[in-house]
Amino acid sequence: MKLWNRLMCYCRRRSPWIFHMNSGSCNGCDIELIASLTPRYDAEQLGVRLEGSPRHADILCITGPVTHNSVQPIKTVYAQVGRPKAVVAIGSCPATTNAFIDSRTVDGPLNRHIPVDVFVPGCPPRPDAIVLGIAKAAEILAARGNSPPSVDAAPVSESREVQP
Amino acid sequence: MNLTTALVRLLVFPGLLFAVPAAWFILWVERKAVARMQGRVGPPFMQPFFDFIKLLGKQTPTRSGVGGLLMRAWPLVAVSAAAGAVGLLPVLPSSGGFEGDLILLLALMELPSMCIIAAGFSSGSIFGEIGSAREAVLSVSYNIVFLLAILSIAASQHTFSLSALAQLPASPLRLLGVVALLVCLPAKLHLNPFSLPNAEQEIYSGPMTEYAGPELAMWELSHGLEWVAATGLVATLVAPTVTLWWVAALLFVALSFAIVLLLSVVAAATARLQIDTTVRFYWQCTLIFAVLAVASALFMRLRS
Repeated sequence: MKLWNRLMCYCRRRSPWIFHMNSGSCNGCDIELIASLTPRYDAEQLGVRLEGSPRHADILCITGPVTHNSVQPIKTVYAQVGRPKAVVAIGSCPATTNAFIDSRTVDGPLNRHIPVDVFVPGCPPRPDAIVLGIAKAAEILAARGNSPPSVDAAPVSESREVQP
Repeated sequence: MNLTTALVRLLVFPGLLFAVPAAWFILWVERKAVARMQGRVGPPFMQPFFDFIKLLGKQTPTRSGVGGLLMRAWPLVAVSAAAGAVGLLPVLPSSGGFEGDLILLLALMELPSMCIIAAGFSSGSIFGEIGSAREAVLSVSYNIVFLLAILSIAASQHTFSLSALAQLPASPLRLLGVVALLVCLPAKLHLNPFSLPNAEQEIYSGPMTEYAGPELAMWELSHGLEWVAATGLVATLVAPTVTLWWVAALLFVALSFAIVLLLSVVAAATARLQIDTTVRFYWQCTLIFAVLAVASALFMRLRS
């Protein structure tokens, strides 16, 4: 049983499938996320696969400052990702709402709504930083196992930040 | 074939024990070949295994009622059918078999695709339903060619037994049938020019959209086993007769590998066609080809 758990932990770390969600982003970070899967950065070496359905994913990659309209979809999609799961906030927008701070159409930052595991800052972040962020999230995911993510771990200051 | 040999063939060789690692290997070759074609490094060797184990440990959404029960059942039916199809392959010469096992093989190879159609409709997701409808249309188009190609091979050599077909020398007509089979395989395996049911950019994951965790692992496995069965069938028909059993097995593996490589390279080099273009392709171009093959097979048989 212990051996099986260790194998499972290893496999979770080696096979992070991601689901990409845009919460009102300017498309800059989305382009960089796709760039991290292209030949130059090739995240598939780490087992990363971009999935079409949140039900298949392990890691939810969210870009954008979280507009009012996207709050409910984010919660729905987060609930659709099966446990164990991790969330990567890509770009400065989901971390701090960036240039859209104090906007009346924005309901950010992201960790007011769902627990975030890794923040990848940058406007936009570089693809290698995104790959590193996904790799860190995979490690967190493997260590977490089936226990639900604690909501207390959400604030930015306590979460692990990735410097490119 | 008595019960013991049947069980050994289903569970050990060339059945589950051999076919599951073979399926993972083929899935890896497919992903790696596509990656190399795109100038990437690609996934590590054990990647399909990692994916499978990880999916086994994921949570599945709670399903209720008959619909939920059916959704849980379809992947299991698909895996069993694909494993049965692999178990029928005459990898080793003189390993048994019975008259008519070719027909059973065709039925078992068709079952996973039926399960995919049913799964998409029972999931109730709009993307699943579109994917299932596409799979159904695709299956109606390629299956006619696929079955006609098999029929032409079987008719030209007077037998519906796989091991007899494997031992008979290949005629030029059989090669014509094999080419027709190869044209159908991308559609059967949802590979790129005909990857309509799982067109990610259009309908997310198609029929698989609502599946998660162990159920999805079963779908991946059934896809891999379908690969093994399909490439194994073509390899059986192409392979020359060899008396040494290990040379025969090695030849079988090498041929399967070559077919996987060919299909992956074609998949990486092409873009997805529209559904009506695909249907037109199978009904207009290849159907004529397949009908010609059957006609000449029957003609040859009448003349002999």
